[in-house]
Amino acid sequence: MSAPDLTIPAARRRQDREPWTVERIIVHALLIVFVLLAIGPVLIVIINSMKTTPAIFGGPFDLPTAKTFSLEGYKRVFTRGNFIVNYRNSLAVTVTTIVLTVVLSTLAAFAVVEYRVRFASLLGGLFVLGIMLPIRLGTIPLIQMMLAWRLMDTLAALILVYTAMSIPIAVTLMVTYFRTVPTDLKEAARMDGASELCTFWIVLPLVRPGLAAVAALTMLPVWNDLWFPLILAPSRQNQTVTLGVQQFVGQFMNDYPALLAALTLGAVPLVLLFTLFSRQFISGLSKGYSK
Amino acid sequence: MISPAAAYRNLLLFVLPALAVYLVFAVLPLATSIVMSFFQTNGASGDVFVGFANYERLFTHPTISARFWNALLNNMQYFAIHLIVEVPMGLLLAALLTSGKLARSEGIYRTLLFIPATLSVVIVGFVWRLIINPLWGLVGFPLLGTESTALTTISLMSVWQYFGIPMVFLYSALLAVPNELVEAANIDGAGGWTTFWKIKFPLIAPQFGLIAILTYIWTFNGFDLVFALNGSAPGPNYSTDILGTYFYRTFFGSSGQLADLDLGSAVATVIFLTVLLVTAAYFWLIQRRLKSYSV
Repeated sequence: MSAPDLTIPAARRRQDREPWTVERIIVHALLIVFVLLAIGPVLIVIINSMKTTPAIFGGPFDLPTAKTFSLEGYKRVFTRGNFIVNYRNSLAVTVTTIVLTVVLSTLAAFAVVEYRVRFASLLGGLFVLGIMLPIRLGTIPLIQMMLAWRLMDTLAALILVYTAMSIPIAVTLMVTYFRTVPTDLKEAARMDGASELCTFWIVLPLVRPGLAAVAALTMLPVWNDLWFPLILAPSRQNQTVTLGVQQFVGQFMNDYPALLAALTLGAVPLVLLFTLFSRQFISGLSKGYSK
Repeated sequence: MISPAAAYRNLLLFVLPALAVYLVFAVLPLATSIVMSFFQTNGASGDVFVGFANYERLFTHPTISARFWNALLNNMQYFAIHLIVEVPMGLLLAALLTSGKLARSEGIYRTLLFIPATLSVVIVGFVWRLIINPLWGLVGFPLLGTESTALTTISLMSVWQYFGIPMVFLYSALLAVPNELVEAANIDGAGGWTTFWKIKFPLIAPQFGLIAILTYIWTFNGFDLVFALNGSAPGPNYSTDILGTYFYRTFFGSSGQLADLDLGSAVATVIFLTVLLVTAAYFWLIQRRLKSYSV
């Protein structure tokens, strides 16, 4: 599939000044219904996290008023929960995984496109197959490996597994970007005596949108994963946000303001990041999987 | 041009770091799991080759096998609900987004509609449990507490989370439809409806196969939402147990069940084959279809 351009062309922008036909109204109305369905539940969590317990159950869909407004839940999350540690862990794991994935997969994809020997396409195919690989099914040997290497219950264990999990789609995606780099540029660099690594550096700026797409695509599944933190890094000082919130929910079953505050804190950073990088994410998703 | 020998050397140097991490932490554990499923590893005499004994236990032991078939059937239902609800919903939204009636708001709708897919299952599970809680009065019936409705309820929660993914696939495919084709149809007097079904839909049809196979792989790897809602022995009475939670229980243990790594490896291998066979069949069919077109 050719790469769709997600920027909205000027010709379509002009439609803003076109009259409101019945068709246009129906399209907008349907989309608004679905948008409310999509973000309504998220808004319910955020709104109720700022209310007192009686108000949460008395009028779950009301906005907080001067009387029902309360940030007690947030206070209790920070005093009784483990949120600062959880955030630090999730950030460390996600950022390190993204950096490792971007660096390793960019190098690999450059070589797969650049050196046209038969073995190269074989390697490329090996990475494509990896997209389909249900990596969780290897959990038992992973536990034994991590125990043997004294990596059990460390963030390093998570980073290694997540990097391995992200590499196949990242390489496949970067291959499609490197294919668009003109050969002339690389040949010119080589004529000037540039080493292979230098050539790589010279073409790197041309695939920058790909780097952003890989980073955006790696971020979500890593931040939101529950399986591997539960198994490979469960202790209190190594818990990620997702696992921390999960355990907090189990522990403070009836403290609704605190629960809703914890859920809000767990979700908001990622929703904001996604909103900022949604174009990169969406083009990465459709390009990476449409092989 | 570079010599073939240099090309091979460079290729290896560049690919090796990524390949090593991928092979050691993704491929090797899966392969080891398959090997382990033929051994008994917890005995005093070290690892003993036991042939298909672990599989025999999985398929003949009364409770172990009954729970396995239950989880497999539940997983199929979980997949079917995803496919039946998500695909038409994704298609409708993708069609609306690309209808050409939105102008600048297209990007805003696209982003907002995808937000559920960026949430963690912990928030998805919690908020929906809260919304359908009889205390809140929206639903007067314990949907999650009743055996006949629990699995469908959880599946629909998951659909709510992930409908953005088929939407994005179909949306990108619709954007890639050449404008000239649509304009030509319009000149011939075709309206929006006809253009969509006669021109655009056939062109994006291959995406449905891709969506189906990815949904299959993802739902058969499912675990997180069921675990977040119902723990590792998902009730009521295992009615929401899927292969992921079943696998977790066998190797991790749970109340009334000891951890069993060898049986767990056999379970992992069976799930892997379930995913692999269908995926392989899909690609084989696609390849044949493509060949018959190219003749």
